[in-house]
Amino acid sequence: MSTKDDELLKELALEEYKYGFTTDIEMDIAPKGLNEDTVRLISAKKNEPEWLLEWRLKALRHFLQMDMPTWQNFEHPDVDFQDISYYAAPKAKPQLDSMDEVDPELVSTFEKLGIPLNEQKVLAGVVAVDAVFDSVSVKTTFREKLKEQGVIFCSFGEAVQEHPELVKQYLGSVVPQTDNIYAALNSAVFSDGSFVYIPKGVHCPMELSTYFRINAENTGQFERTLIIADEGAYVSYLEGCTAPMRDENQLHAAVVELIALKDGEIKYSTVQNWYPGDKDGKGGIYNFVTKRGICKGDNSKISWTQVETGSAITWKYPGVILKGDHSVGEFYSVALTRNKQVADTGTKMIHLGKNTRSKIVSKGISAGVSQNSYRGLVKIGPGAENSRNFTQCDSLLIGDRCGAHTFPYIENRNKTAKLEHEATTSKIGEDQLFYLTQRGIDPEKAVGLIVNGYAKEVLNQLPMEFAVEAQKLLAISLEGSVG
Amino acid sequence: MLSIKNLHASVDDKEILKGLSLEVKAGEVHAIMGPNGSGKSTLGNVLAGREAYEVTEGEILLDGKDLLELSPENRAREGVFLAFQYPVEIPGVSNINFLKTALNEIRAYKGLPPLEAREFLNRVKEKQKLVEFDAKLANRSLNEGFSGGEKKRNEIFQLAMLEPKLGILDETDSGLDIDALRIVARGVNQLRSQENAFIVITHYQRLLEYIVPDFVHVLYKGRIVRSGTKELALELEEKGYDWIKETVDAEKAV
Ligand SMILES: Nc1ncnc2c1ncn2[C@@H]1O[C@H](COP(=O)(O)OP(=O)(O)OP(=O)(O)O)[C@@H](O)[C@H]1O
Ligand SMILES: [Mg+2]
Repeated sequence: MSTKDDELLKELALEEYKYGFTTDIEMDIAPKGLNEDTVRLISAKKNEPEWLLEWRLKALRHFLQMDMPTWQNFEHPDVDFQDISYYAAPKAKPQLDSMDEVDPELVSTFEKLGIPLNEQKVLAGVVAVDAVFDSVSVKTTFREKLKEQGVIFCSFGEAVQEHPELVKQYLGSVVPQTDNIYAALNSAVFSDGSFVYIPKGVHCPMELSTYFRINAENTGQFERTLIIADEGAYVSYLEGCTAPMRDENQLHAAVVELIALKDGEIKYSTVQNWYPGDKDGKGGIYNFVTKRGICKGDNSKISWTQVETGSAITWKYPGVILKGDHSVGEFYSVALTRNKQVADTGTKMIHLGKNTRSKIVSKGISAGVSQNSYRGLVKIGPGAENSRNFTQCDSLLIGDRCGAHTFPYIENRNKTAKLEHEATTSKIGEDQLFYLTQRGIDPEKAVGLIVNGYAKEVLNQLPMEFAVEAQKLLAISLEGSVG
Repeated sequence: MLSIKNLHASVDDKEILKGLSLEVKAGEVHAIMGPNGSGKSTLGNVLAGREAYEVTEGEILLDGKDLLELSPENRAREGVFLAFQYPVEIPGVSNINFLKTALNEIRAYKGLPPLEAREFLNRVKEKQKLVEFDAKLANRSLNEGFSGGEKKRNEIFQLAMLEPKLGILDETDSGLDIDALRIVARGVNQLRSQENAFIVITHYQRLLEYIVPDFVHVLYKGRIVRSGTKELALELEEKGYDWIKETVDAEKAV
């Protein structure tokens, strides 16, 4: 990276502060659970090179100096950083002896989603992931095929060992360690994650990770993902799972970095359905993720699609830095909240290159007493001649005790830029529901239909099989929210 | 088939139906006419089980089954179909997908398996032809951006697809051009059989020239105040409602 880029990223990092991280709340960190020794231990266990250890330590020092954010539209939960095991062995161990011991409600949800029994077992913690995937050698055949084309798709840990030059070049180049406190934490203690490199001119022959609905490596709560599309390369990457995943770890602070070089394209799709907690929100996951991509080269494109239904609190703003001329950034999001769930999500589109274009389609759905916020930043740099943004921001309310909020921030430093913003708020009407039930459709199914219709534009962005699952997921997630 | 006895219903504690009785036998078509605000749509909504409408007295039986006990979706599954006076738009929900869901829910209620994809599509084609409903419309989002007439025609297309026992047409003719009116009427006539019945709510005698009713009723102030054959509709067309209003109000005053 040139120094100019470095400066740019630093500026962005500071921008983040501007939106909030300016508090005087002191963080309660004892040296006990999280200190240099912890980081050294993680790094040593993973047999990491010296530079990476140094990189982690630097992140830790940043982390220790950072304050908790206060700009969010929800009460930040107390996170006890000392109560977290930062070097737990990542292997999933069977926690139960048979499916009979699994919560029947969970099993019925699996069945509604049509998840095969062996995958159900993994998700419910009855068997370890390896037992399923290693026995059938899907993984190996899959890898062979990718290898032929020169595609690298492996765990982050493996990439560090086998492709250190690529990791070193790109790690932290999009999400700097100082970006925010959770990114700093992740940089210091990240466990594992995925690494993808698509060589020049290669169109990745399959959707990555469709074969691994469940990540074969249990990457734990501090996941790190790095995806690079070299010049003219294309990849579609899927993250997550429609099944309600339980996890002992309450705090999830992942970092995802995407890099698209000239003419390169990355499509990143997420379905997030982590355990949201009980009706009072107790025990749910805090999903504090930092995701950002950079369209480094001209004519490159990065597209984020997300369907967020899980977690007690979801807090993420997948963004795109549009550095290359004519580059394109997209963000399609459906965020559904119910009970006491909170979602504060949106995107950041940073236009730097000429003729850059971005499109934002956000569909919030709130039920119960949940709070659903869209928060987005569109920033047009002085050099971003003729850049364009279109933002569509819709909220759908179910019942009248939930909340929908939008916080669109715009900073325009170039007069030739064109920005459009549309926003709507609607309610599922009694007349719509009656119309559908009058035709014999069950009220819950009716809500599912209406919600899926509402979210269609986003769901259409998902790869086919994923879209079908996501539709079911939205319908199921709303069961019991009507009436 | 349908037996309504002394039906009283209110909305927001305001009584709208005030002792309405009606018997409809299988194979019959009953027309309901009456001035604006007399309670015609209310009757349709009450039959279909809309929540805001509270039945305070009386009974409704469909083939001996107490309709008032059933939820709106179960009434629909028992064969009650309401063609709405003002059909709503549901963005993003495909017309066809919606119909398939509806049809299969009704079948499931009757213990039938879902219709096979090919059978379903054949049925769609057949019924589209019957009511000359544009295939393009069938594939669009449910009523989204449809013209007033297209919405009405979609109601009849849905009726044809679902083949209900009791079809209630609430001013399906309003908003239809002359050709569309004829097409819709022809569709309804072809759907008529000894197994089903229709209640046709309308303001205009013209529709009844095409869909010839066995009986015509006049609804006024929440009750049926006159019943007759199709000639009654002609008489109303000629004289308006005043003569009925007068006699009824006079009777009441006594
Ligand atoms: N949901 C409702 N809330 C309040 N008032 C209602 C409601 N539905 C019907 N009403 C009232 O009940 C009365 C009867 O209405 P209804 O729609 O049944 O009349 P109608 O005979 O269908 O009239 P039109 O010929 O104009 O369609 C009217 O005074 C109307 O305002
Ligand atoms: Mg009416």
